[in-house]
Amino acid sequence: MSKRIDVNDLNVYYGNFLAVEGVNINIEPKSVTAFIGPSGCGKSTFLRTLNRMHEVLPGARVEGEVLLDGENLYGQGVDPVTVRSQIGMVFQRPNPFPTMSIRDNVLAGVKLNNKRMSKSDADALVEKSLTGANLWNEVKDRLDKPGSGLSGGQQQRLCIARAIAVKPEVILMDEPCSALDPISTLAIEDLIEELKNEYTVVIVTHNMQQAARVSDKTAFFNIAGTGKPGKLIEYNETGLIFSNPQEKATEDYVSGRFG
Amino acid sequence: MPQLTTTSPAPVKRNSLTKNQLPGWANWAVLAGSLILGAALSTLIGFNVIAWALISAALFVIAGYFVTLSVEGGRKAKDRFVTNIIVAAFIVALLPLVSVIWTVLAKGIPGLSMGFLTTSMNGMTGAVDNASVQNGTEVLGGAYHAIVGTVLITLWATIISVPIGLLAAVYLVEYSKGGALSRAITFFVDVMTGIPSIVAGLFAAAFFGLMFGPGTRTGFIAAVALTVLMIPVVIRSTEEMLKIVPNELREAAYALGVRKWRTIIKVVVPTAISGIASGVTLAIARVIGETAPILVTAGFVNSINWNVFSGWMATLPTFIYRQLMNPTSPTNVDPSAQRAWAAALILIVFVMLLNLIARLIARIFAPKTGR
Repeated sequence: MSKRIDVNDLNVYYGNFLAVEGVNINIEPKSVTAFIGPSGCGKSTFLRTLNRMHEVLPGARVEGEVLLDGENLYGQGVDPVTVRSQIGMVFQRPNPFPTMSIRDNVLAGVKLNNKRMSKSDADALVEKSLTGANLWNEVKDRLDKPGSGLSGGQQQRLCIARAIAVKPEVILMDEPCSALDPISTLAIEDLIEELKNEYTVVIVTHNMQQAARVSDKTAFFNIAGTGKPGKLIEYNETGLIFSNPQEKATEDYVSGRFG
Repeated sequence: MPQLTTTSPAPVKRNSLTKNQLPGWANWAVLAGSLILGAALSTLIGFNVIAWALISAALFVIAGYFVTLSVEGGRKAKDRFVTNIIVAAFIVALLPLVSVIWTVLAKGIPGLSMGFLTTSMNGMTGAVDNASVQNGTEVLGGAYHAIVGTVLITLWATIISVPIGLLAAVYLVEYSKGGALSRAITFFVDVMTGIPSIVAGLFAAAFFGLMFGPGTRTGFIAAVALTVLMIPVVIRSTEEMLKIVPNELREAAYALGVRKWRTIIKVVVPTAISGIASGVTLAIARVIGETAPILVTAGFVNSINWNVFSGWMATLPTFIYRQLMNPTSPTNVDPSAQRAWAAALILIVFVMLLNLIARLIARIFAPKTGR
């Protein structure tokens, strides 16, 4: 239930503007990979290209290839919807569907696609997903209440439960803790540790301590200046990135000398 | 034995923080003074209620300013002055509304009866009205046929315009990428909003005249004319509602592997449905009172017609118009006027009910936030 991702020479554009240039990266299955770097360096943009969410924005396109277990996401005739059902995503701000109950939010991926499912299967899936997101004990007595009534941290875990309910191979997280308090952040980080056992996890974070705590490998992105494209500067074991970076820019960033 | 102590009442010490503040009753005192002085002044020029109200209001605004200025200072005085002006503007804006409702209630209620709601004007002649005036008996005849016509024509207009308006708005917000077509649609929708209703009526009459021969008049043609008036309102309100659905919800659905059209049907529209529903209801309320386009497309009848596809039809506005302009009995117009006012009351009740329904729908469908 997890696949590797290999990116070869990927250029990401917004219209004619080259936002991210020449990324090569190999992400191992069942691992946590963190993307760090200053704001605007293209790490979120790059993350969104990994499940073809990037092209939802008008004028956005990519060049190069992204291989999911050897199959190119951007190959001829690939349906982005199929890609997204295999590569789930959790966003910066918790975004449960306001018209749905907690239960329906978890089942959203199934229900919105009109797949038939027996009630007992649905109940089992809800419990499994919410348990997987460490939320089951908090909400099991109010599954029919609206998801928007939960706290921010609970909403974010609900969004994670919603993402894992469609049984993806890879989970992308775009700064999942930046809108949360430290306690909720801790809950999400514990959850990422568990998710690693089943899924390939890629997380964008502004918090270097968080990257150091949760990730196996870390990629540092940087930008030469405003209007210049973002680039992958260094990608290595997390321990090495923080203790013995090979690049000067990485060292400056992780030691807090800039950014 | 506990020692008795006599405590002298503590001296009333004014809180220094309330210094230079007018007490709460000061405003009412100024109002009472203005009313008394206004009454006196208006008597000088010959007393009437309107002069009294105007003079008192002016006095109140001026006196309020100077009283506040003397105690609380310039900033508070300006605040008091502007507050009073705003309240006055509010009252002036409300007067015509209250007056209309009051007049319609006062003149319409005497004409309302079960007979008025359940009979048409079929077979009603001037002789019947003359007889009822001479004998002082109840006015006969009613607006049943007009109520039927109003409901049917408005219903058909809604059935036609809501799907078109909804789909056009979905195209504008979700699919068009700001291209020439979407800008053209937006422009023509804006133009359509300003079309005089009689022009919409003429359009429908001419269009169906070409297809089914000149002079064809049915309720359905009237519904088409109203559709022309309704569609831009529905598009506009739906568009605004779809625009405020957060993009995050669309992205959340896409990220779950949901197709775009499913995302729109199951996430975007349900999130905005309360606003869309109230927009549609308000659009209905806007066209239900149209008179001119109905007259040129559906004609006018005195009998009940349930079939919108053949035969002329009457609606409440055209009923009112005919009763006032062509009274059933030219010599005794009072019964006709009474019927017109009663029909006007029914029409206002319809519109108010629609507004209430819109609020109710908005509340029922609104995204829930309970815990």
